[in-house]
Amino acid sequence: MARYFPHTGEEVRQMLEVLGSSRVEELFSDIPEDIRSTASLNLSSGLAEYRVEKELSRLSEMNRTGKVCFLGCGAYDHVIPAVVSALASRGEYLTSYTPYQPEISQGVLQTIFEFQTMMAELTGLEVSNASLYDGATAAAEAAVMALNSSAKADTILYSEGLHPAIKQVLATFFYDQPVKLEELPVQAGLVDLKALSSRLDETVAGVLIQSPNIYGLIEPIRDISGLAHEAGALSLVSANPLSLGLLTPPGEQGADIAVGDTQPLGLPLNYGGPSAGFIAATKPLLRKLPGRIVGETVDTRGRRAYVLTLQAREQHIKRQRATSNICSNQALAAVMNTVYLAAVGPEGLKEAALQSSAKARYLARKLKEILGAGIVGGESFFNEFTLDLPCPAAEFNRFMGEQGFLAGVDLKKLQTGTPGNLLTVAVTEKRTLEELDRYVAEAAAFMHHREGKRG
Amino acid sequence: MADQVIFDKSRPGRRGFIFDPETVPGVTGTEGIDLRDLRKDAPRLPQISELELVRHYTNLSRKNFGVDVGFYPLGSCTMKYNPKVNEKTAGFAGFTNLHPLQDEADTQGTLELMQSLKEGLCEVTGMKEGTLSPFAGAQGEFTGMKLFKAYFRDRGESGRTRILVPDSSHGTNPASAHIAGFEVVELPSNREGLIDPAEVARHCDERLAGIMMTNPNTLGLFESEILTIAGMVHQAGGLLYYDGANFNAIMGKAKPGNMGFDCVHLNLHKTFSTPHGGGGPGAGPVLVGEKLSPYLPEPVTERKDGKVGFAPPRRKSIGRVSGFYGNVGVLVRAFTYLLANGGDGLTAVSEMAVLNAAYLKKQLKHLIEIPYGRKCMHEFVLSAQTLKEETGISALDIAKGLLERGIHPPTIYFPLNVKEALMVEPTETESREILDTLVEALKEIVALARENPAELKASPRNTWVGRVDEVLAARKPRVNHFSE
Repeated sequence: MARYFPHTGEEVRQMLEVLGSSRVEELFSDIPEDIRSTASLNLSSGLAEYRVEKELSRLSEMNRTGKVCFLGCGAYDHVIPAVVSALASRGEYLTSYTPYQPEISQGVLQTIFEFQTMMAELTGLEVSNASLYDGATAAAEAAVMALNSSAKADTILYSEGLHPAIKQVLATFFYDQPVKLEELPVQAGLVDLKALSSRLDETVAGVLIQSPNIYGLIEPIRDISGLAHEAGALSLVSANPLSLGLLTPPGEQGADIAVGDTQPLGLPLNYGGPSAGFIAATKPLLRKLPGRIVGETVDTRGRRAYVLTLQAREQHIKRQRATSNICSNQALAAVMNTVYLAAVGPEGLKEAALQSSAKARYLARKLKEILGAGIVGGESFFNEFTLDLPCPAAEFNRFMGEQGFLAGVDLKKLQTGTPGNLLTVAVTEKRTLEELDRYVAEAAAFMHHREGKRG
Repeated sequence: MADQVIFDKSRPGRRGFIFDPETVPGVTGTEGIDLRDLRKDAPRLPQISELELVRHYTNLSRKNFGVDVGFYPLGSCTMKYNPKVNEKTAGFAGFTNLHPLQDEADTQGTLELMQSLKEGLCEVTGMKEGTLSPFAGAQGEFTGMKLFKAYFRDRGESGRTRILVPDSSHGTNPASAHIAGFEVVELPSNREGLIDPAEVARHCDERLAGIMMTNPNTLGLFESEILTIAGMVHQAGGLLYYDGANFNAIMGKAKPGNMGFDCVHLNLHKTFSTPHGGGGPGAGPVLVGEKLSPYLPEPVTERKDGKVGFAPPRRKSIGRVSGFYGNVGVLVRAFTYLLANGGDGLTAVSEMAVLNAAYLKKQLKHLIEIPYGRKCMHEFVLSAQTLKEETGISALDIAKGLLERGIHPPTIYFPLNVKEALMVEPTETESREILDTLVEALKEIVALARENPAELKASPRNTWVGRVDEVLAARKPRVNHFSE
């Protein structure tokens, strides 16, 4: 019903006349009869715009989004300044293609150049690409870079503290490939340095860790990088970019490649996407980076200009010899990240990170006391902590859900084999003291209720 | 100063956004964190007021061309109009505020949308099941190639290591097959620009894993021998992969499933009108027939008792291709488009896309050579080779001449089997008079090529920057404002 093509019946007739045809169907005569569709598509008829809106509105309202969100594990409910979507939704950004024609694409090119610079600043590394799909695929691409940087090493060591979905994406990436993936155990929630040290040898191309890790804990990146480098392996760190407003950047701790998901930097939850993956590296690794890279240059009159550069690495030039197959990336999400970072600035980013971590500590201490729970790894977390509950996390979540809280992520749901009493709770600057206190009060009611049932 | 980078506009202490300074009693944000783990030097992010920020990116956006700005006949990219209602629905709070790890009972609206979209895409492609997780076409291809791998391994046929890819294919095809672990064999196109079944026959042995094709192909021609090719590949034990980059040509007219394809990806940012966003996010759902269904990546949605949920993990699944469920926000836009058009509307979309391309081709064929003369579908390819020999004006120069005339140029130097290629895809959303502006502009450019080629070589002169020095950019890469 909605129509996005302009042709009137008369125009169609005239254009067909130019072609010497009388029927549109004749234009399709190169499709052999035996595969040409005879029946119409078994789909409903088109709807007028306002009816489409009504239906989509019905679907959106079927989702329950009213609960106070303490879920994290890769997606966080942070504050988003209004300027982010206002600017990124401008048609010039929204409806442009990959900037292959620099003369008329300086807007996207310069914005992405600024994004690259900001990601380099956050990670403490020198070079960044224009974005990858998400944090999980970015981690896999970092592993590919490590493997490509070594002539004979064929193993990627990754920490047990990596997000389970990243582990699965890695396994899929290297499925049926001559690459070994080995998991390093954690000790009190952190990479077991002894186990790492004893496993490292010349077969290892890279050591991949996440910090803050799946339990929310800050890993000893310096020590891990040091051990990796001694064995000739690269240090690969997946990081929450918002945490880098407060925490020492991976690049200053010896990481060769930092990756992660940019969702915390001004992107809505959107049921997990779109966000963007970022990948930053030391300068020597520049030519091994996957995907688009924007570089600064000059035009014929010597004016500063930006252009997609080092394209000789890419699939459209190198075909099967490319460093990766990526073509479309998540450019608009990167534009949103850029606007977000420019809006909050260094002080704002630190404020968001500090408030998130202060509020997380406040809640963690109260819950520890009220629930009689342990906190995995103690207080060396950022804005997310994992409770070792005296009951199944699912039971606590069910109760809290009824009180209007998304209380945390039941880790067992992310990874089979995880004990059922681990609950990862994420707190952002968006959560108010009042919400935290209500969470605590409801947790107390849960314990009361539970003890009452037992007694 | 529109040409400053944002870092140049930074002034110490200036703020563009203030967080509520709420504190919590009794604890600070750094307690328990090792001092070494606390950042010493702040990142050099800009310090700028909100208005300066808005002006900076507004002015930057004005230095950018988009479908909202003008005609964008970029071949193989399907730069059609992106309906505004898609943006509105994708912005509904019920979609945007949903956390990916909420219980299925909380997320029924989005799950219902995803399932319905998948069913709709299966209907238009003639497939049975699918995954919406892949973020883009190239990742769809990669997913498909991993499905091939899993299928052959499951059958004890790991010796099938070769994927056939036509020389006219997108660069992502061989790259995806290669990174998925296959060996790529390039198939030369025949004189008509099509795949020669005899060439395929040469590779039909126990090493054959399959073939990747677009249909219509990148020349805009329908591979009319597809049933013969499919029969041969299947007979030899191989599989067929359909790259949906050109699907805008055949909706409601033919289904890849009926052509013999086992696996299809669609580019929702092409055919289903979701915006390209300056290079993404897109979405590249993968649809499969029964053979490949057991291997689909997690999670797969299914209907159960009037609700939609994630199916139990598949024992033979290839795993995961995304951290959560792909670009869900893009799926909302595509589903909006699907509902707005309906089955009849999608069919009309393909009809008008092909009509526009055929009309444009007819207007241009006496102006610039068209090396493959068969009937075109949604796009066609011009060759500036003869013009270049006669005047020195290349496809690149023509492209730059079009920029000067306010039109985004066609895709140039692709496909690789056409010299000085200009690949034109007008899409259905352009009117006849807009198509005529391209014809007029090209007439002017061809005339200028003969009369005053130097002027063309100097174009574009009215854009924000002129031709840029790409060699300098690659030789001394400067990819970070703060680097030396």
